[in-house]
Amino acid sequence: MSTKQRKRKPAKTAVKEEKKIAAKLIPIYIMGKRYEIPEGLTIMKAMEYAGYILIRGCGCRGGTCGACGTVYRKPGDYKLQVALACQKTVEPDMYIAQIPFFPANRATYDFAGLTAAPEEVFKLYPELFRCVACNSCTKACPQGIEVMDAISALKQGNIAQAAQLSFDCIQCGLCTSRCFGELAQYHMFQLARRIYGAMIVPRAQHLTEMVKAVGEGRYDRFLEELKRTKEDELKKLYEEREVEPMAAGEDWKPKDRRYL
Amino acid sequence: MSLAYYPGCTLKTRARNLEEPAVASMEALGFKLDEVPRWNCCGAVYSLADDDLIHQVAPVRNLIRVKKQGKNELVTLCAFCLNTLKRANLLMRQDVAKRDTLNAFIDEGIDYSGEVKVVHLLEVLRDEVGWAALSQKVKLPLRGLKIAPYYGCTLLRPREIAIDNVENPTILGEFLKALGASPVDFPESTRCCGSYQVVSSPGDIAEYTRPILNSALKNGAEAMVLTCPLCDYNLGRGQKELAKKQSGFREMPLLYFTQLLALALGLGPQVCHFELNHGSPESLLKEKHLLSQVESFQPIGGQK
Ligand code: SF4
Ligand code: SF4
Ligand code: SF4
Ligand code: SF4
Ligand code: FES
Repeated sequence: MSTKQRKRKPAKTAVKEEKKIAAKLIPIYIMGKRYEIPEGLTIMKAMEYAGYILIRGCGCRGGTCGACGTVYRKPGDYKLQVALACQKTVEPDMYIAQIPFFPANRATYDFAGLTAAPEEVFKLYPELFRCVACNSCTKACPQGIEVMDAISALKQGNIAQAAQLSFDCIQCGLCTSRCFGELAQYHMFQLARRIYGAMIVPRAQHLTEMVKAVGEGRYDRFLEELKRTKEDELKKLYEEREVEPMAAGEDWKPKDRRYL
Repeated sequence: MSLAYYPGCTLKTRARNLEEPAVASMEALGFKLDEVPRWNCCGAVYSLADDDLIHQVAPVRNLIRVKKQGKNELVTLCAFCLNTLKRANLLMRQDVAKRDTLNAFIDEGIDYSGEVKVVHLLEVLRDEVGWAALSQKVKLPLRGLKIAPYYGCTLLRPREIAIDNVENPTILGEFLKALGASPVDFPESTRCCGSYQVVSSPGDIAEYTRPILNSALKNGAEAMVLTCPLCDYNLGRGQKELAKKQSGFREMPLLYFTQLLALALGLGPQVCHFELNHGSPESLLKEKHLLSQVESFQPIGGQK
């Protein structure tokens, strides 16, 4: 298991903190055991409050790393629910289990030797065709990704669509844990996004030009100028800088064009 | 007129030469093939196991999406997709208990009971366009082209889902006649090409396809017309092996019915993707003066 429970009794801390913050306590069940937790905490904080020290199943605490995939059920409801432990606020009577890791087959490949042909994905992940369209993956995705549709896109040879549909995937593995066909969807999506980014999406011409210009030293003297500027003057420049308005169009240009 | 259209995975990859000429031809005939939004694989083979409901989920989900699209008819091009979708649809019409289980599991918020009608494009041409009207639209008649109409199994079997008379089908022959070609009758036109058997025993492919190909050749066919990418795969590979094994065996071009349709409508070879065909049809078509484009035509980018 990736979680450890502290030796000291959590109940005492609970009583103390309850007095201090006077929050209402609600019952939740972590891996089947009942705990009284102040309402308003995230699942992750609730687990820590209950005494767990998270050494796995916890990363960014900001909903982007995918380490804290969690499943839960409410009594009387057959539906399995999913959440990111760092994002979801506890609800009374939740039965919670974290799935910080789920074994998933990841193909090894030399990316430089790949092409954008659909068959590349078929060859590396032949289990793609075991999908039965049950849609359990989509229901399990805490990011709201149409996982099944992205798998369908791969089968149809549409790598670009698979990459776009799976753009928000944080590799939590919850889809994989529910897959009837035993696919590792998120590894396939990562391959799709790599191929899409490197071989399908058009290169940004202006970026290439800008990188070249920087390399050629076109902006060096401005940097030097900046380095010589005194701190007070820098602060003033920063505070008085012209900010691009939120609704600025493509053709917006600053009034001071010296550095363009 | 817009028709709900189910392409199938193979038509988006290996069998683009089945799809693209169809989309362009139907456009020329005044129909738009509208892809079912969010379609998924049809399941490829209809599961015969009575309790194997999970393999009905994929085809039924597609049928539900057709209903959500607001359509009550679904057009397919691939004979195999037709077979799988139509049989799953039949199950939803006839078996109430399984229907309820499937609807509950699929969970799309719609109760489906088989109300969508699944048809093959050949049926649209026969029943909605009509052979006479079709032949009037022909710009480049396929005159002098002797073609064996090969049905295989999935358009006709089992009987409940057949698109034509099971024993004596004529739909492909009528289609060829409407395009100005000469259909070649041959006794093995509905014999199975080996289907998925070739996956488990690839060595048998020549034996499965030998009687079909020999029979068509003996009756004077110069080419064969198909509706199914699996038939194409089996017959194409089968005739390559036969060419090695059987002295005097001649490989013949295998063409999809949609390619012939596009040629006859004058849309030219560009939409046909002959480079994906078995038995290089181009020399035969050139010999018959069928490779010219009659009308300039801009296909409406088919895909969404
Ligand atoms: S697609 Fe799968 S791995 Fe990616 S975020 Fe959704 S459930 Fe997690
Ligand atoms: S869970 Fe697996 S089998 Fe089910 S739809 Fe998703 S990828 Fe396909
Ligand atoms: S649906 Fe559940 S209970 Fe039924 S066979 Fe599948 S895993 Fe078993
Ligand atoms: S493989 Fe060919 S002959 Fe056999 S079922 Fe299909 S279409 Fe029919
Ligand atoms: S800890 Fe990173 S997503 Fe929750």
